[in-house]
Amino acid sequence: MIAVLGLLVGVLLGLFLEPSVPLALQPYLPIAVVAALDATFGALRALLDGIFDDRVFVISFVSNVLVAALIVYLGDQLGVGSQLSTGVVVVLGIRIFSNVAAIRRKLLHA
Amino acid sequence: MLDQTALQRVARSVVARPSRGQAVVGVLLAVLGFAAAVQVSEVDSDDAYSGTRREDLVQLLQSLSVAQDRAAGRLADLEETRDALQLSTQQRQAALLESQERLDSLRLLSGQVAAVGPGVRITIDDPDGTVGAATLLNAVEELRDSGAEAIEVNDAARVVAQTWFGDGPDPADASLVVDSRTVSAPYVVEVIGDPATLAEATAFPGGLTDEAEALGGTVSVVTSDELRVESLAPARATSFAEPVT
Repeated sequence: MIAVLGLLVGVLLGLFLEPSVPLALQPYLPIAVVAALDATFGALRALLDGIFDDRVFVISFVSNVLVAALIVYLGDQLGVGSQLSTGVVVVLGIRIFSNVAAIRRKLLHA
Repeated sequence: MLDQTALQRVARSVVARPSRGQAVVGVLLAVLGFAAAVQVSEVDSDDAYSGTRREDLVQLLQSLSVAQDRAAGRLADLEETRDALQLSTQQRQAALLESQERLDSLRLLSGQVAAVGPGVRITIDDPDGTVGAATLLNAVEELRDSGAEAIEVNDAARVVAQTWFGDGPDPADASLVVDSRTVSAPYVVEVIGDPATLAEATAFPGGLTDEAEALGGTVSVVTSDELRVESLAPARATSFAEPVT
């Protein structure tokens, strides 16, 4: 309940405040959002499996975001930033797909 | 065919008593929602290049400058072509104008067009029929020497380079043949040229006036600001001569 409310509050805040992203964060924000989405879908899957744990979720969420940002940062330093962020997005996208597929199987047995 | 146990778990978690763990999850999801919304509005609002990396921008800039160089090169080529074409057009126009002028003067000189301009009208009366072709030919030669540009006799015969003069069929009759045309006295010779010079050409001692009066004729010269020479010389086709190009 609180989780859903938090998501809504965050979206509304972002929409109404419309803050501009600091230049230093601009390359990392989209990757971080995708990583966080991955963690969230993983958490949803765990919830349906009955093995959800707050601590695990928090750690996976934060570490996902940090690792994604770190990879992009490393890529920028190595001069392959755009390729590496594409790779990160692809990997996270595959994970999101597999999580969503697991959730679907769990809910619909299909 | 929904999984009841999974749904029950979800429902249970939704209605569960608020705990510290749930609050942390809520905060994290709020952060996620916030970031996602910000990123979406950023992509929406800003122009296409704001999120682009520096090296991508540099690459874009380079390709743009290469394209610009290429376009500038094409522009220079096209301008060169345009200038060359304009030059050749101007030259063609100048040549056309010049040849038009030459054509006009040649048509005037060959008697193919009517002429208008200042000049003199010379009237030679010949009551006794004694003024002959030789006198008129001498007069025409003198007028040509004085710069006559168009000459006609009795509004009927245009005098050009090939014009010939002959005495009339009856020597006693006051008539001449100019280019197969018979003209009768009084002979009115209209000449376009500088009036003063032309008048002088008839009046010098031993000239037309003296010659005609010695033969028993009378000559009167009237200068005019505008004479019309409207008879045309017969066109002659050349059979042997061809222009050298």
